[in-house]
Amino acid sequence: MTRLTKSVLALTMLGLSVPVMAADLLMVRTRQHFPEAMLTLQTSIREHGYEVTRVQRIDIGLTGMGYKTDKYRVVFVGKRKEIQYLVDKYPVLAAYMPPQISIFAENDETVLVTANPKVYASMIEDEKDKIMFKRWGSDISSVFDDIRNADE
Amino acid sequence: MKFFSFLFLALFSIDAYSAPHGDELYARHCSSCHGLSGKGGVGVPLSLPSFLNSVSDEYLEKTIRFGRTGRIMPAFDELSDAQVSAIVKQVRSWSDKPAPAEDTTLVKGDSKKGKQLYTKHCAQCHGETGGGGKGTGVTFSRKRDLPIIAPALNNTGFLASASDPMIRDTITHGREGTPMMSMLAAGLSRTDIDDVVAYIRSFETSAAKLKESLDGSDAESPVITAVSPYSLEETIENLKQAITDQNFTLIRTDYLDHGLVEKGKENHKQVVLHFCNFGFLFDALAIDPRVGMFLPCRVTVVEKDGKVTLSAINPKRLSKLFNNHELDKSCNEMYEVYNTLLEDATL
Repeated sequence: MTRLTKSVLALTMLGLSVPVMAADLLMVRTRQHFPEAMLTLQTSIREHGYEVTRVQRIDIGLTGMGYKTDKYRVVFVGKRKEIQYLVDKYPVLAAYMPPQISIFAENDETVLVTANPKVYASMIEDEKDKIMFKRWGSDISSVFDDIRNADE
Repeated sequence: MKFFSFLFLALFSIDAYSAPHGDELYARHCSSCHGLSGKGGVGVPLSLPSFLNSVSDEYLEKTIRFGRTGRIMPAFDELSDAQVSAIVKQVRSWSDKPAPAEDTTLVKGDSKKGKQLYTKHCAQCHGETGGGGKGTGVTFSRKRDLPIIAPALNNTGFLASASDPMIRDTITHGREGTPMMSMLAAGLSRTDIDDVVAYIRSFETSAAKLKESLDGSDAESPVITAVSPYSLEETIENLKQAITDQNFTLIRTDYLDHGLVEKGKENHKQVVLHFCNFGFLFDALAIDPRVGMFLPCRVTVVEKDGKVTLSAINPKRLSKLFNNHELDKSCNEMYEVYNTLLEDATL
């Protein structure tokens, strides 16, 4: 088999295996309680080669305002070289970097939400750089798979 | 041999793609909103027997395809037909009764009479103009007495998915387990109900206009920016003062690459100011808890080649991102706040 044939077949398989991401938001719900879901999230993020740059509390005083949970955090995530490269080249992205994942409890379950990286890709022109966001999308999808699979 | 191995793997992948697993697809695309077993959450409870017994597979398929403009449910237009069918099959598995056949017969009625009846019997839950009940139904942010928030009828997704007979049957029989009661039992005649169906169908024009206006938010720039005539340090001080003047609390100031590089080696020319107005935060989370992703508020100040630029996300783009029309008011307010902050910091 020629190298070209192999490449075509490999690309075909890759293309068919990539998870479908239709929405502008990526979400996952897990039966894990909030602390376990947070641990799974951070572990998976690091296993995928990304840094957790900060965990921000959003829930200070939430229950005092009548909310049913005080468990709400935003996790900032990224890779140093990629974030620096993107912010330098595309000032429009500075306001959105590093990307964030919100995680909050809903009764005994936990919900995680993040922007589909294709949203960031839509803000830039260079097709070569858009590939980076496709990979981010694939990685975050894989992280969310880990969280979903941790239910089992 | 290697070629056949590759071919086998490729064909296996194609087979997996063409015969998708509904449970996996449901878990990936639907469960975060509708619950792991369809009991509802952000979205409506799909496993409710009275719901499944009254909607056709075609209604479910079209709902997945078209979504509900401005009402959180996105349009899953990138899923294949086979994947959509597999999800519908998964949802249908929660019922032991077969799906009702789709009936696309047009219902004839007097929409003017229907409007009067709608105002009297339907508007309290579905809104005066059919915009639907308020709130996303998330237990996180509110007491959940009801299993469902009244759906928006004045919505292109709903009108494209629901046939006239389906709307008529829902009005006639109601939905057990939800606040939707049988209007026949409430005293409406079958002719009255046909009139209400005609009125609901007349929403087509206004629903299309709403969709057009929401789609138009794509034209908004994703960021709000301003160039400062001051130095980086002066601009940051000005911004801090502006944040306080706008009744926001400065939470912290850090560098954009915080956590990405060793402490002390951050790029001091890229600074992020995080701030919050807790009343505003609570209001926004009450409308849609997912917006926490872009909270607390922040403005990024970057100095590059001697030029100082401030930038913030454009909240007007967010209601589109979250597909939540209810966020529009808060997003517009936040848009004004960001503009004021940037203007005050660079005057």
